[in-house]
This record gives sequence, C-alpha cells and structure tokens, in this order.
Amino acid sequence: MVLQVRDISKRYGAVQALQNVRLDLAAGEVTALVGDNGAGKSTLIKVIAGVVAADHGTISFEGRPVRINRPHDAQSLGIATVYQDLALCENLNVVANLFLGAEQHHGGLLRHIHMERTAHELLTSLDVRIPDIRQPVATLSGGQRQSVAIARALLGQPKLVVLDEPTASLGVEQTAQVLALIRRLRERGLAVLLISHNLADVLAVSDRITVLRLGRNAGDYRTDDADQDTIVAAITGARA
Amino acid sequence: MSQRLTIGITPVVAGLAVIAVTFGLLNEHFLAPENLTNLMLQMAATGTISLGIVMVLLLGEIDLSAGSVSGLAAVVMTILSVNRHLPVAAAIALALLTGAAIGTLQGVLFTRLGMPSFVVTLAGLIGWQGLLLYLLGRGGTINLPFTGFVAKLSDTWLPAWLSWSIAALAIVAWSAVTALQRRLRETAGLPVTALWRAAAPIAGVAALLAGTIVLLGADRGVPLLLVLFVSMVVALDLGLRHTVIGQRIFAVGGNPEAARRAGINVNAVRVLAFAACATLAAVGGILAASRLAAVNQSSGGSDILLMAIAAAVIGGASLFGGRGRTYAALLGILVIQSITNGMLLLNVDSSIRFMVTAGVLIVAVAIDSLARKGSPGAAR
Repeated sequence: MVLQVRDISKRYGAVQALQNVRLDLAAGEVTALVGDNGAGKSTLIKVIAGVVAADHGTISFEGRPVRINRPHDAQSLGIATVYQDLALCENLNVVANLFLGAEQHHGGLLRHIHMERTAHELLTSLDVRIPDIRQPVATLSGGQRQSVAIARALLGQPKLVVLDEPTASLGVEQTAQVLALIRRLRERGLAVLLISHNLADVLAVSDRITVLRLGRNAGDYRTDDADQDTIVAAITGARA
Repeated sequence: MSQRLTIGITPVVAGLAVIAVTFGLLNEHFLAPENLTNLMLQMAATGTISLGIVMVLLLGEIDLSAGSVSGLAAVVMTILSVNRHLPVAAAIALALLTGAAIGTLQGVLFTRLGMPSFVVTLAGLIGWQGLLLYLLGRGGTINLPFTGFVAKLSDTWLPAWLSWSIAALAIVAWSAVTALQRRLRETAGLPVTALWRAAAPIAGVAALLAGTIVLLGADRGVPLLLVLFVSMVVALDLGLRHTVIGQRIFAVGGNPEAARRAGINVNAVRVLAFAACATLAAVGGILAASRLAAVNQSSGGSDILLMAIAAAVIGGASLFGGRGRTYAALLGILVIQSITNGMLLLNVDSSIRFMVTAGVLIVAVAIDSLARKGSPGAAR
C-alpha cells in the first residue's frame, strides 16, 4: 500500500465532516472516491494533501506512519494534488506553467531550451497533444489544461496523484482524453486517487471504489464487481 | 509570447504613424531633426518613471506615488551634492537608495497589512510630496551646476561613430544569440520558427536604429539620455523574460493563488516589484532634474505621474496584470510626448492637449479590455 488512512476524524464546529474514515491506495491502481455533496470527499483529500489537519487518526505512507501538517509535507512525501481549479497561470505558456515555482536555471537565468525539451518529452510520454507548448495556457482547451495540470504534478516524481474532479467541466471528447491520461498514470505504477461525481467516468477508469456517506465509509468495491446501482445505493444510503 | 507582442504593439505603432503624419502635415517643424531630438530629451524622464509603472502593472497593481518619489529622489540628490557637497556618484546612489527604500516600505505595507496598493501609494503620493516640500524649505528651488555631471547627462550627444558602433553591436549580438538559439533548439529536437520570422524583427529594428541615427545626426547627434532610457527598457525586458524572478513576476500577475501554491513567495515578488518601480521613479526624477538643471517645488509633480501611467497603458501593458512588456513604456511615452510636443508646436492650448491625451488613453484601455475579453478562457 502506498497510502493507508485509518480512523481519520475531522470536525468543523458542529459539523462532523469525517468520522473514523479508512482509505487504502495501492501503487498502479486507480481508486475512485465517490459520495454525495457533503459526504466528506473534499475534507479527506485536504487531509491527505496537508491543507487541513485531522482531529485524530493515522496516515501511513509506504508502510511508515507519517504526519502531514502542511502541503509541503505531502509534497515531500510524494503526494501530488491537482485541484479542480487547476491553479494555472493563463498568461504563461505551457512550459512556464509546468515549471511554475520550480524553474530550472543557471544562476537565475532560465534554461528555456532545457525546460522546453523536458516538457515536450513529458507530454509526449503521456500522449498529451498540444500543438505549440510555447502558447499561453489561455489558448488551450479545458482538456488540455487539465492535462497540463496533471503533467505538472508528475514533474515532482510523486508516488500518489490526487485528482479532484478532473472531468467536471469537460465535454465528451476531452473527458476521454483525460481518462486516457489517468490510465497512463496507472501504467506508470502510480497510485491514483480520483474524486468524481461522474459514475460513468469512475466505472470506466477506476480499479476500486471507496464510497463516503455523511463523513463515514459506506462501502469499498472492486470496480469489476460493482455496477452503477450498487454504487448509487451506497452513496444515497438506500438498501439495494 | 511573440504573437501577443504583435497584437499588443500593432495599435500603438499605428497610432504613432497617425500622429507623425498628422502633425507632420500640420507643421513642418514637427518631423525636423531638431524637434525630434527635443522629443527624445523630453520623454526620457517620464518614460523611465513609466517603466517602473510597468513593473507594478504586471502584478495588476498600481503605484500612484511614483511621481512624488521621483521628485523627492531628485531633491535628495541635489541637496546632498549641492548643499552638502557630497560626490555626485554618492548623491545619486543615496537618491536611488531612497527610492528603493520607499518602494520596499510601500510594498511591505501592501503585502503585510493587506492595504490596497492604490491606497498605500496614494498616501505616498501626498506624503512624499510633503517631504519634498519640507526638504526644499523656504528657498523652493536649488540649481544644479550646468557643468556638473548631472546636468551634463542631458546635454551629452553621442558622436556618429559611437552611435553606429553601439547600434551595430546590438544588432550583431541579437543576431548571434538568435542564430545560436535556433541551433540549440534544432539540436534539442524542438520546433524552430521560420528563418524570416526570426530575421524580420531584427531587420526592422536595424532599419529603425539606422533611421534614428541618421535623423538625429542631422541635429546634434543621438542624445545620451535616449541611449540610457532605451538601454533600461531593453535590459529590463531581457530580465523579465529570461530570469527566474522575471518569470515569477508574470506568474504572480497572472494568478497569484497558483503562484502561491506552486511555492512562489508571492509577497517577496510583490515587494520587489514595488521597490523596482520606486527605484526607476528615482532614476526618472534624476533625469528630469538633469534636464531642468534644477529641482523645485513642482519636481515630480503636476501631470508627470498621470502621463507615466497613461504611457504604460497606451503602450500595451495590461491594467489587469500578467500581460505587457517594458516596450510599452517606450512606445506609450513616445505617443504622449509626440502629442504634447505637436500640440505645443501648433500653439494649441493645453486644455485641448489634455482632452486629446485622454481620448488616446481611453482607446488604449478599451483595446486592453477587449483583448482580455476576447482571449479564450477569460470567460471562466
């Protein structure tokens, strides 16, 4: 297991966002985290990404217990999170966005060619097609932006990639592109945690599905054994 | 980036052409070498302040204190060198340091206390002007010796051979770097732009430089002030595009939250930009004092600040941050100063001049707003 979350609880004032939640993420597997609004999905990934601290519970990374108190802790462990808003600078080109905050340089001078080649190789290896990576991100499609954001997460050589609603604002074709990209992350041996509202996408790309309901675990399924009705029943709490 | 530059530059270059033709037809002196030389001298000081404004506009911020800071720095320099008999170099260094310190202070107030830059620098506009008046005291005017270094700055003309050598050197260096870049990109297996697209701007600038040298050579030669100003524009542009810190200024201007999450120290970048702006304002103030060979109570006052901001925007720096190049300051001040100069030649009242400048500014901001609306992704 790359990441094991045990008995995580988090309370915001009167709201119990998470209660004794458990989550296992394995290398080379896409785990989907599903649940209705308010089920605790966002809180759970914020705990994993170090954005909020859990009240109690334990997290182990590659078998060792770890403390993730800040986003930086998560990053140095090898946990990369791609948030829904992507956090790209629209005015900068693809290369600059990939290396944002981690620019390669010689004494402060940017190594444009070196970075562009690395970016080109990375995007090619992920089969992400962008005609000109020297164009500002503002000119890209939603799917291409998502791909750039995911590719950027990979530059830090992570072991776990957390994707928050990567297909939420995309059309059919662009969703297919992003799902294909998620499969390639799995082929690279990465653990992938996919948060999604879209059960069709979840069933298409995941290996395992973890359902949260009202801040508690409400079922773990192997995607091959599950069907949409079972998952929906787990999400809504209706007994199938 | 190059495509963006073309879009940004086209309207202002077209505007310059219209201005040149209009005033050229209305008054035969407008395009005469002597007048163009005066134009170059007039624009250097405010242009340098405008260059500083570009630095903060790139962050999507504003610095209203730049005019007052320029005046204050000039007064500091003059008092130190004339009244206190400090060596000129030391006086200039201390004046620049004053600018840098003011910019840093304003940047810190903006980032640490979360005060809007508009308010911090509005206070600066008033306060530094007050300090300037206080320092000048009752006298109100201090003259700089005409033969001194500072006054000489704006009364020095490059001999023809030197102008041609500098221009040739710049073009050769640019061509060589471009050729090297193409070679390196080919070796790295990266796409290379067509040769004519790389060569065309170089040829264009070479022609422009040659034209300028010939034209200004017909009068007193290329003024040192112009060389200083253009050098600053070019150096800052290279710095912004090819250094880590420059890249980060664009990143913070484009999306501060994304920059913060990428581990960039957003506040440090902001303070640096404000310090750079105020330092450039100080340089501009010294150049203005050099032109006048004096400082007085109106140093850095009247419409200097407004013209500097208008120039940056007219030249194509976006008010919304993240977009623009330092050439905006050069082109914008050229537009504004041409209008001013042309209207003075025509004996038009300054009331008309202000209204025309306002019209140009409105057109420039409209273009900026439309470009922003039209860009894909802006709707999100």
